[in-house]
Amino acid sequence: MRIQELLGRDPNDFELAVYSLLWSEHCGYKHSRLLLGRLPATGPRVLQGPGENAGVIDVGDGLAVALKVESHNHPSAVEPFQGAATGVGGILRDIFAMGARPVAILDSLRFGEPDRDHQRHLFGRVVEGVGHYGNCVGVANVGGEVYFEPAYEHNCLVNAMCVGVLSAERLQSARATGPGNLLVLYGSRTGRDGIGGASVLASQGFDEGSQAKRPSVQIGDPFMGKKLIECTLALLEADLLASLQDLGAAGLASATSEMASSGGVGLDVDLSRVPLREPDMEPFEIMISESQERMAAIVEPHRWPTVRDLCARWDLDATVIGEVTENGRLRASFDGELVGDIPVATLTGDCPRYEVERTRPARLVDHALPPVTIDDPTGALRTLLGSPNIASRRWVTRQYDQLVGSGTVVRPGGDAGVIRLTPSRRAIAIALDGNGRRTGLDPRRGAASAVCEAARNVACTGARPAAVTNCLNFGNPETGEVGYELGEAIEGMALACEALELPVVSGNVSLYNEHMGRPIHPTPVVGVVGVLDDAATAVSSAFRTAGDVVLLAGDGPSAIDGSEYQKVVIGTTAGRIPEPDLANERALHEFLAAAAERQLLASAHDVADGGLAVCLAESAIGGAIGVRADADDLFGEGDGRVVISAKRDHLAALHELAGSLPLCELGTVGGELIRAGDARLSLADATEIYESAIPRLMGDPI
Amino acid sequence: MTSVGVVVFPGSCDDRDALRAVELMGAEPIELWHADADLRGADAVIIPGGFSYGDYLRCGAISALSPVMSAVREHAAGGGPVLGICNGFQVLTEAGLLPGVLRPNASLRFRCHDVDLVVERASPWLPDTQPGDVLRIPMKHHDGCYFAPPPVIGELEAHGQVLLRYRSNPNGSVNAIACVTNRDGNVAGLMPHPEHAVESLIGSTDGRVLLGGLLGLSLATIRFHDAPKAPA
Repeated sequence: MRIQELLGRDPNDFELAVYSLLWSEHCGYKHSRLLLGRLPATGPRVLQGPGENAGVIDVGDGLAVALKVESHNHPSAVEPFQGAATGVGGILRDIFAMGARPVAILDSLRFGEPDRDHQRHLFGRVVEGVGHYGNCVGVANVGGEVYFEPAYEHNCLVNAMCVGVLSAERLQSARATGPGNLLVLYGSRTGRDGIGGASVLASQGFDEGSQAKRPSVQIGDPFMGKKLIECTLALLEADLLASLQDLGAAGLASATSEMASSGGVGLDVDLSRVPLREPDMEPFEIMISESQERMAAIVEPHRWPTVRDLCARWDLDATVIGEVTENGRLRASFDGELVGDIPVATLTGDCPRYEVERTRPARLVDHALPPVTIDDPTGALRTLLGSPNIASRRWVTRQYDQLVGSGTVVRPGGDAGVIRLTPSRRAIAIALDGNGRRTGLDPRRGAASAVCEAARNVACTGARPAAVTNCLNFGNPETGEVGYELGEAIEGMALACEALELPVVSGNVSLYNEHMGRPIHPTPVVGVVGVLDDAATAVSSAFRTAGDVVLLAGDGPSAIDGSEYQKVVIGTTAGRIPEPDLANERALHEFLAAAAERQLLASAHDVADGGLAVCLAESAIGGAIGVRADADDLFGEGDGRVVISAKRDHLAALHELAGSLPLCELGTVGGELIRAGDARLSLADATEIYESAIPRLMGDPI
Repeated sequence: MTSVGVVVFPGSCDDRDALRAVELMGAEPIELWHADADLRGADAVIIPGGFSYGDYLRCGAISALSPVMSAVREHAAGGGPVLGICNGFQVLTEAGLLPGVLRPNASLRFRCHDVDLVVERASPWLPDTQPGDVLRIPMKHHDGCYFAPPPVIGELEAHGQVLLRYRSNPNGSVNAIACVTNRDGNVAGLMPHPEHAVESLIGSTDGRVLLGGLLGLSLATIRFHDAPKAPA
């Protein structure tokens, strides 16, 4: 009905297909756009906020960094290897479409409990898919997270983040300009893969018939992706493109309407000129195919021969498929016949926007549970170190190339990956975090906590957190309870970002993550990029030297509610998580950056999953050296706390830097034993439990 | 100044790293394009890591037939030094410049981590090292299991063509062989990445040994070709 009013006539089938995709949740954000406006998006470093392919920040020395995280949940649930691989391919294209060379990938993965065969299959194949694409295109994977919770059993989450580097002057836009300029499609040929992926997969929940959706999953070709990256960067280096857009969800339909709409122009597209992988494709199929590894560019006519030659050098098809017009209409023709004629503004601007209904879920409680008595601290520490949610991720990360690009200063396994930005001395630290189980107990606090944790992880390396990208994974927003979770989570995220002065420069919303009407945990995943002035001062999470003092910096509130201890030792998830102390959080990050700058820290590791005892054990295992620390609150989880180690000579300077931030001496590094309060474990035992858990699950040698 | 050509195939990933490492070693890096049958005057050649031509068909199989490889063959036949790293090692075996082949890892998984390589013998490729010394260099590959039939392995061992062995075999390579040369000793290949081990900030500097060897060999070749022929 709405479309009839906008067009003043009935739409034909072609036009209807285009509208249905662009107005899908995946492309049009119809349930989330109004809420997303709440997130702060500006700041002195922001060069490009939300609305382009990726956000871009200024990191100094004339360098800029592009960042974005995106979901590929439903394709991965249907076909885990290709789903994950094309998720990586898609996020890479978003980054180099901004003119940036991709330098780092991170992946955030969630599955059902790994005692199920199918969940292990999904986990193993998703990791292979992420690795396959990233390794083949030569972009280092420097971090991420993996969680296993029953809530993700029928709807795994695969979020991939990419970060790229560009000269601050070279920022590229997707805005189509200049009537008479040419619309050029280059890269792979167009096939029937991924037809309707944005609406069939990404904007519906799962039910019993999900296997039948496999043909809607795209197939990736990382070799083509690699050529596309190198060719695109060469085209931009030679200043040959007026604008650039990747082809992702909804293919040409989305790319052309976004380019035309942001440039305030029209586009005439001749679909019979699009190079095809298979004959006899219908015009609407060509328009909405999600075939991977394709880019669209606007090129001034006199530059076209050079563009064509450069593409040929990289063995890529490049074809002029249309031109920019002044009339504000997206007109598609096929064999000389007009097959669709749509005012561009109606595709992007008139997408229906809904206020979501918000009904507070009955499961949420106002009060935390009373404190619990820890009966067997040593046994609990053993259980936690071997828990699939905490155990070493080495089995995952060593399937990824962590080093290509010669930039990796801190490899995966710590709090954040650190990549130096040659030729400057600078580096960036990157972390990707979320905790759906905790967020399920209090969406507002959980989302704020995700921001705090990602920023704190970056701060642990000595970097100053600079910008946020987010991926909001939720259930069906048309139910009031999910609407409530979404609204609360965005509010929590906004409050934390405001307090920490972190702009949200890009993001992605993935809704309808549910199975038979049961939604996943509300799972906001937060990526943070921070800046280190000198790569050589980066701090790792591993203890270094016997005799170093161990201290706890910050004193945010913690609780057993929602913790890994509560899940694996008590066997429940209940209560309410504490509210992050944002002032403490901010002071903590500043302290860490200042202490690292002065090279006062031997290590820094944030207290997160598993609480203080697990934090101490991880730093000990990482450094292959024991620790003796006094602590009462061994397993409580919350924000605002970091375990640091330092030379005793640096204590006075650290206390001075800390000012009013609590800095409490816990003990010393050394020996062959991990002693965290009453929990005692030999370093060898702890290492064996921690390192062997995932390989054992997956049936691999350690 | 010694110049080192680094071949760029479509799908090469560690080409930029190799060019950068050559520069850090004080030599002149030269980018060579796969479609050009010309080494642009380079004194030595590195075939870098990556997935050349997507490693479709078989790792390194298509690259071995590319125009630049004829020039590399000619260079090697004249005694010029060539170093193949990772995918480059695979390309050199496919091109017949090195014996053996690289099979999928015994684990059938991609593996990325540091490995300890034990120096097997004194060689111009390994300046300032003694047999038994250990070099710590990262590896990252899916198809790095070195294989050749027993008679070929016997010959390699007998002729001193094995330069490095894994201390702990990460991929199932026969005899834990990590680095081999051709019979003449001017072409070498290994799966681990010396070009990723040239700065302590990003791990280790042990890769400088092999790159130093490459530069040393090219100086030796230049001297050999420039010197008046000595009477036999």
